[in-house]
Amino acid sequence: MIHFVVHDENDSLGVVVVEGIKAGDEMTGWIMDQDREITFKSASDIPIGHKLAITPLKEGDTVIKYGVDIGRVVADIGVGEHAHVHNIKTKRW
Amino acid sequence: MSLDLSNATFWGYRRENGRVGVRNHVIILPVDDISNAAAEAVANNIKGTLALPHPYGRLQFGEDLDLHFRTLIGTGANPNVAAVVVIGIEDGWTQKVVDGIAQTGKPVCGFGIEQHGDHDTIMRASKAAKEYVHWATELRRQEAPVSELWVSTKCGESDTTSGCGANPTVGNAFDKLYATGNTLLFGETSEITGGEHLVAARCRNDEVRERFMFMFDRYQAMIERFKTSDLSESQPTKGNIEGGLTTIEEKALGNIQKIGKDCLVDGVLDKAEAPTGPGLWFMDSSSAAAEMVTLCAAAGYAVHFFPTGQGNIIGNPILPVIKLCANPRTVRTMGEHVDVDVSGLLRKEMSPDDAGDALLDMMLRTANGRHTAAEALGHNEFVLTRLYESA
Repeated sequence: MIHFVVHDENDSLGVVVVEGIKAGDEMTGWIMDQDREITFKSASDIPIGHKLAITPLKEGDTVIKYGVDIGRVVADIGVGEHAHVHNIKTKRW
Repeated sequence: MSLDLSNATFWGYRRENGRVGVRNHVIILPVDDISNAAAEAVANNIKGTLALPHPYGRLQFGEDLDLHFRTLIGTGANPNVAAVVVIGIEDGWTQKVVDGIAQTGKPVCGFGIEQHGDHDTIMRASKAAKEYVHWATELRRQEAPVSELWVSTKCGESDTTSGCGANPTVGNAFDKLYATGNTLLFGETSEITGGEHLVAARCRNDEVRERFMFMFDRYQAMIERFKTSDLSESQPTKGNIEGGLTTIEEKALGNIQKIGKDCLVDGVLDKAEAPTGPGLWFMDSSSAAAEMVTLCAAAGYAVHFFPTGQGNIIGNPILPVIKLCANPRTVRTMGEHVDVDVSGLLRKEMSPDDAGDALLDMMLRTANGRHTAAEALGHNEFVLTRLYESA
């Protein structure tokens, strides 16, 4: 069963695609571009559609999704933790 | 087996100017806000007509006025419209809209309210509308090659499932339609922010690329002029954020999945301008759903692909809006709004090709007459884009 998807193997983040993920859950992820699977333990409760870090991210790092820059880290994010507006901001506007 | 588009056909209404529509509306089109009451009264009198009320049209000037006329005339000229009754407060601008629509050769007439009042105008316009309904309801659908179907796209209330499911499904369908020689459209200028280099790289030549970047930079300059924050909760919207999208760049990269992998951007249009040939067109436009889809209709598009994540429920009075969704929670909680469920993509139960074909199959069924969810639910959002204040 797929719990989260990743666009590209170089991405920083995966997208949770099932409801009810809790901290500590074992999750299977599907890397779509390379069509391979990875497993992770969730470090947060993560709603469907929200993201988890699949690499450790430090404040000031650039966040990669679709293989492209999607913003900057404003608070450290550990592997498996919820990554969203509280720790990532746009570089535009 | 995958869908073969090369010999595919649909059944549509061939109009006087050669374009093929998939609906057969007789519309009552107000030129301005104060003519809405008369237009709605006529539509109430004459069954089978549709009024398109809107809040603008007085004291506009310059490019904003040009856009107003272009949108109203383009709406009347759309091949999904059989005939048009135009009603305005005075004769001059009313006639301007009539003359613009008349260039298509379709039946159109106009009524100015001044010197007559609402009662007399409603009576005369109702008589004209009734004749149009008799005429339009005797028109018959004819078979046409799929390449004659103009297809636009815009996504709404996107979430992260849009970028990995519903939007790539549109991209898959667009790649297939592009190969068939269809006339396609995308836009949402602000929602390309962070992926503009990717769209620029897909432009057919330097001339198209320069025009695209001109439109992109113009929109950015407008945002810079008026913004009071980083636009979070506006672009991305509060709903986008609830759905897991974090930044405009992330939203944009999901958005541009809709133009597939193979299509080139063949041309660039200003708001509500009609394309002049087949291929994929970019139209400078707002990313607000009803505004953008109204502009697609005014540009002459006949069916629309609308991927959603969190469940934008938009429709349009004359342009059938086909909704697709990859978010299983939205499909479960808002299923009545979804025409094509592609949530299987994210469970690896459906391939991207299968999803694209499911959308194309729904496109043909919609073109042949199936009402979309938005049509059945009465979503007739007709929303004009404004550029600045009235004089």
